[in-house]
Amino acid sequence: MRLTLRVWRQRNAAADGALSTYEIDGISPDMSFLEMLDTLNEELILSGDDPVAFDHDCREGICGACSLVINGAAHGPKGVSPARADSRAWGSTTTCQLHMRSFRDGDTIDIEPWRAAAFPVVKDLVVDRSAFDRIIQAGGYITAPTGAAPEAHATPVPKPDADSAFEHAECIGCGACVAACPNGAAMLFTSAKVNHLNVLPQGAPERGTRVLDMVAQMDEEGFGGCTLAGECATVCPKGIPLFSITAMNREFLRAARKGR
Amino acid sequence: MTSYADYTTGEPVSDTKAPDGPVAGRWDKRRFEAKLVNPANRRKHTVIVVGTGLAGGSAGATLAEQGYHVVQFCYQDSPRRAHSIAAQGGINAAKNYRNDGDSVHRLFYDTVKGGDFRARESNVHRLAQISVEIIDQCVAQGVPFAREYGGLLDTRSFGGVQVSRTFYARGQTGQQLLLGAYQALSRQIAAGNVELHPRTEMLDLIVVDGRARGIVARDLVTGRIDTHFADAVVLASGGYGNVFYLSTNAMNSNATAIWRAHRRGAYLANPCFTQIHPTCIPRTGDHQSKLTLMSESLRNDGRIWVPKAHGDTRPPAEIPEDERDYYLERTYPSFGNLVPRDIASRAAKNVCDEGRGVGPGGQGVYLDFADAIARLGRAEVEEKYGNLFEMYARITAEDPYEVPMRIYPAVHYTMGGLWVDYDLQTTVPGLFAIGEANFSDHGANRLGASALMQGLADGYFVLPSTINDYLARHPHHDEVSADHPAVTGAVRETEDRLARLLAVGGDRTPDSFHRELGELMWEFCGMARTNAGLRKALERIPQIREEFWRRLKVPGTGEEFNQSLEKAHRIVDYLELAELMCLDALHRAESCGGHFRTESQTPDGEAARRDEAFSYAAAWEFTATGAAPVLHKEDLVFEYVHPTQRSYA
Repeated sequence: MRLTLRVWRQRNAAADGALSTYEIDGISPDMSFLEMLDTLNEELILSGDDPVAFDHDCREGICGACSLVINGAAHGPKGVSPARADSRAWGSTTTCQLHMRSFRDGDTIDIEPWRAAAFPVVKDLVVDRSAFDRIIQAGGYITAPTGAAPEAHATPVPKPDADSAFEHAECIGCGACVAACPNGAAMLFTSAKVNHLNVLPQGAPERGTRVLDMVAQMDEEGFGGCTLAGECATVCPKGIPLFSITAMNREFLRAARKGR
Repeated sequence: MTSYADYTTGEPVSDTKAPDGPVAGRWDKRRFEAKLVNPANRRKHTVIVVGTGLAGGSAGATLAEQGYHVVQFCYQDSPRRAHSIAAQGGINAAKNYRNDGDSVHRLFYDTVKGGDFRARESNVHRLAQISVEIIDQCVAQGVPFAREYGGLLDTRSFGGVQVSRTFYARGQTGQQLLLGAYQALSRQIAAGNVELHPRTEMLDLIVVDGRARGIVARDLVTGRIDTHFADAVVLASGGYGNVFYLSTNAMNSNATAIWRAHRRGAYLANPCFTQIHPTCIPRTGDHQSKLTLMSESLRNDGRIWVPKAHGDTRPPAEIPEDERDYYLERTYPSFGNLVPRDIASRAAKNVCDEGRGVGPGGQGVYLDFADAIARLGRAEVEEKYGNLFEMYARITAEDPYEVPMRIYPAVHYTMGGLWVDYDLQTTVPGLFAIGEANFSDHGANRLGASALMQGLADGYFVLPSTINDYLARHPHHDEVSADHPAVTGAVRETEDRLARLLAVGGDRTPDSFHRELGELMWEFCGMARTNAGLRKALERIPQIREEFWRRLKVPGTGEEFNQSLEKAHRIVDYLELAELMCLDALHRAESCGGHFRTESQTPDGEAARRDEAFSYAAAWEFTATGAAPVLHKEDLVFEYVHPTQRSYA
């Protein structure tokens, strides 16, 4: 495949950035999107240019490091699943699990970093997502010091609750929800952790303070407000559902009324 | 200079901290004998933890809870992304919730046997004992393990064992356990007890007056080189599988922390013990940057086969049942598809070498779910493995519900690592190694779902007990001076190394060297190793190293975010570590677990151990780059599990 890439280049956080255009040839449809960028970078290094910086690590869709806006969509176009009988789109994926067979020979592809006030650009396609860590630090945990645990079977958890907790706990913290949101809101990310822990009996004692503190931190980090546009859930690679946000709002109101 | 392969043998090492007496009482005894640090004095002690995976994250959180001042590092942008997150299948624990005959002793036995009798009994027994506490701890933290309809925890079985002791969270157990540790760590960061340095990579160890007192680290965003001092240093930096270039490890997982510690005096043990995981997605071409694992749990319900005939290229659906060879079920009737990983991997290699492999290049075998779907229904298979099937489909564009998966072995885990005693302390006083970074518990082969168990056992329970003893014996009253020659020397060497990398100005990219080294290692130090092949690799590695320093091209400067420089620096260390791995594999003229020497096999092609000559852990001491290292043997004594030829037939 032969492609034209328009890539966001920005030297560092303080510098201005712009799109640079690169032509690339010999791309195999079996390559992952990041392997296509590896190929570009090998060429750039040999021709004396600065290779494109991007975050990536596990390359199997679970660490949450990769974070590209491709043709305007966080993590790129949706694929079609061969593993679903009706061949419907299988929702979003992470950038590292996107393969070049999703593109056509001759395509022009725009590649940009996450765009959000709370995620400043570090270099090129790399952004600073430490705001997410600070939201977790504000209350995204259960206070259970090592060694103080009761026998695991002392607290049965109804399977539907356990499944619901898991569904929310799947969040990989990639930030696509923020990148896709017209307001740059972090509601889906925050609600995923609130719901994971608040639905469990172990999480109940800190249920109120958790949601209040995490939402306060979220606001302090400069994330936008939520207008339930729903773009976040559409791009979420782990399928965190939109109702996660309304569930968090319910938790928030409950806690705000009680004062904790 | 003598050749690298002409190593010398030094004084034996012994684990001086493991108490004697009945194995079941040793951990209690050690904990009682270990000195404690007064709670009021703990905050005066600083402990550096490198890495935030299961071992590092849990250790950092627990040490901070105990009152120590923890300074923690990870190269990722967030501690939540360490590669433990990619572990899929599960975590073992001897809870015996199924009443299927499990016990601490059985987990101990299975692990020693699974490791092909190359692990230390006292450590493994402790691991089995602690396994039950880990599950309690994780449930208390809110880890959403799979549950039954009655609300109790579900378990499944895994390779190499006949009980159902593996706890899991769908195919994302590592993620859920890591997020549990990350959340505990986050709580301590918020409390001000942990000072976290993300996007910061350790580039050297600082040893002052014979004790580990700090590290040299590079801020990956600004390029700034800094020193950090402490009373003890804990390495939780993971394994070194990326020396093979293609592995299931994360792209940036690397060996620099342990290799730099090794160069500063920490012995490295059994580096040739690497695990090749049997169920990974085959590679598609030269562009391949990494390999993706398919959880071993798939072997619970999937059946592995190849065509009986050589060169049979029919699509799998057209190959009738009686023309298929379910070779694991045929050769190992009692364990079938659930034999340990080393055995499953080698069997796959053998059938492919015979010319019966499937898919492009014949480098694959089928993992077929047709029977499971017929028996359980598609919905139940989807419930158990849905995310794995989806991942497979994304990568290969094939539907595993309709067509059997194609799998092939890939480098996955390294059992070798820094030599540690029972307290998890290396041969450098004050330097500890936990999780995959150490060598201690898995012998020559790790059983499935035991990596998570060991990482969390070390981090939550073992290290926080044993490090007290060291700190209590070295009360805090001396600050390290930044002018100390050991400090300025380490900083200068680091800066020089980076400057040299940038100054070569050649015509080859860092990746091209990494790929070349990886191919060499896979060919000669991979699934089957021979004397001649290993000698060839030992001849070739110094040549690649020489070429690396002559033809490397790293763009940019050291004072900025420079991913090429990061890579190049990691390759410097791979180029030395690879040599030691080959030497270790060459000197161990026996087969055991994941280390298969073609010269040492039974008549039916199984690994033949040579206990009379090799019942020891090989701890290597560094001398100089390219110079012969010194071998120190730790004799392994088996009082409880008597070495036998492993049989899974």
